[in-house]
Amino acid sequence: MTPSPTTVRISDDALALACGADGVAAAFAAAGCTVERVSSWGMHWLEPLVEIDGLGFGPATPADVTAILDGTSSKAVGRIADHPFIAGQQRLTFARAGRTRPTSLGDYIATGGWAGLTRARAMTAAEVLTEVTASGLRGRGGAGFPAGIKWQTVANAPGTRKYVVCNADEGDSGTFADRMLMEGDPFQLIEGMVIAAHAVGAGQGYIYVRSEYPHAIAKLNAAIALAAEHIAPFKIEVRVGAGAYVCGEETSLLNSIEGKRGEVRAKPPLPALEGLFGCPTVVNNVLTLAAIPHILSEGGAALYASLGVDRSKGTMPIQLAGNIKHGGLYETAFGITLDDLVNRIGGGTASGRPVKAVQVGGPLGAYIPPAQFHLPFDYEAYTVADALIGHGGVTVFDDSADMGAMARFAFTFCAAESCGKCTPCRIGSTRGVELIDRIRSGGKGAPDAVESLPQMHNARKAGRSRADDLQLLEDLAETMKFGSLCALGGFTPYPVMSALKHWPEDFGE
Amino acid sequence: MTDPARLAEIIADHAHREGPLLPILHACQRAFGCVDAAAEAQIAKALNLSRAEVHGVVSFYHDFTPAPDPRPAVELCRAEACQARGVEALVAAAQGAAGGRVNLKTVYCLGLCSVGPAARVGDALHARLDEAALVALVNAQ
Repeated sequence: MTPSPTTVRISDDALALACGADGVAAAFAAAGCTVERVSSWGMHWLEPLVEIDGLGFGPATPADVTAILDGTSSKAVGRIADHPFIAGQQRLTFARAGRTRPTSLGDYIATGGWAGLTRARAMTAAEVLTEVTASGLRGRGGAGFPAGIKWQTVANAPGTRKYVVCNADEGDSGTFADRMLMEGDPFQLIEGMVIAAHAVGAGQGYIYVRSEYPHAIAKLNAAIALAAEHIAPFKIEVRVGAGAYVCGEETSLLNSIEGKRGEVRAKPPLPALEGLFGCPTVVNNVLTLAAIPHILSEGGAALYASLGVDRSKGTMPIQLAGNIKHGGLYETAFGITLDDLVNRIGGGTASGRPVKAVQVGGPLGAYIPPAQFHLPFDYEAYTVADALIGHGGVTVFDDSADMGAMARFAFTFCAAESCGKCTPCRIGSTRGVELIDRIRSGGKGAPDAVESLPQMHNARKAGRSRADDLQLLEDLAETMKFGSLCALGGFTPYPVMSALKHWPEDFGE
Repeated sequence: MTDPARLAEIIADHAHREGPLLPILHACQRAFGCVDAAAEAQIAKALNLSRAEVHGVVSFYHDFTPAPDPRPAVELCRAEACQARGVEALVAAAQGAAGGRVNLKTVYCLGLCSVGPAARVGDALHARLDEAALVALVNAQ
């Protein structure tokens, strides 16, 4: 009898593919192994990570195949499930990460798939709403609005045509949890959407995915086709974005699905009352909807509510990104400090240089200096510190980072991605770039020939001091913060002002 | 140039959907490499929209272009996380290698933020790029 071939598990997540997973998989197949393509464990510095009988090897290349099969590889990392990076986490949303084949219904069912939906369907809509509210789940897209209250509003809204829209336009740099979830466990997102639809009485769902995520789009489409009979009569369709960052804002996203320019709508009316095509609509982030199946499983809501701190309940899939030694996905209860995340878990910078700053919450999040690394991961604590959790991305910078340049980039990005509807964002962002350039180049001297003309009566006749320019920047930030229609213009001041506050020396002082 | 008969098929494929415009524009861009003025007019007529409305949508989104670009494209991520991992130091060399032959585009985030600098060529992704790897990637197009 010939021994059965060794089963090798390698991720087919986009990040693993970008690191060469296909080549490694082909080499194992050529060596006679059975290769299973699974989701990613989220230990990105080890990708492509090879798993054989629970033992991990990474980052693997095709050249490592012989040594790995011989048991002589220097890339062995031991039992993956016991790795400190994995063992230290509390994975609820990402419980299947690394363990299942993303589009295998069999794997999904074997790991508790559809249990939440089955239980929810045996309950009334009101009972489902009560459980979601009791879990304390808040929107994971950034704003942190309680999911149960949003759903209740949609459920109470008059009308027979309602929608569930999943916001999968994950454009924030430093975030990839939505992508990993969609690629690694698409059925869980689908199940969450069906439960939402049951709770609010919706018949159609849309998942709006950015066009930069072709692998996620393919996985979702495959999963929706496979799950059709489980989710009927509810229907889900994937809609692909077209390269506009602002479409991650919920009203802009709805306009985009409707086939319009992705311009932000003024609120009210709330999308919960007048959303997609003017109908009551639940708009939730991927991670919010993906948390639902767990919450609706037996005892799930109470467990969820028992985790976390204060009003930030449950777990948050935190993404460790940028210049970090051990980057990847770290799901844990709220309350963990940045010091733990960056230094203990993340191992400091990838470059080995000292950490200078971390940006939490994507391009619109504040830059936080090591002196504030005691901050607990909690919506309210961050708000008090003039920062935001956003989508849970933590981007690390080493001491070579020029924070003045990062502040300028925040304005440049806002100018490039502004939808143009409101003035503070559309014009303020460009004025911000100019102002930072002026501050960094030592300020503006005496007025030029045009400004000196008598008819230019609004032009300033005296030069501006650095203090004047900084005051102007502060005024601009205030105007954008309070005058913009959405978070793009409203939150761009966070990275700018935090950089200025903590690293004034990078602004040419 | 768009082929009106082919575009009519594309429109017919999607016209039954709710909010069919973006799916049609994506299919048009994929089929012809652009959404030009003729295509805008034909789509507008089919969907009973004004040409201005369609043009407004086409010009809003980065993914739609008014004319085809026959050059191969390399999309390089230059968002914060890739900046933190040193992408800016690679840009000059990549631009040098691209010259006028390769369309070196900037994107903001490919979701590979822990293994940047990252780039995309079609649906193929590349991570952990250093200068040599990025230049080789550009030269290979």
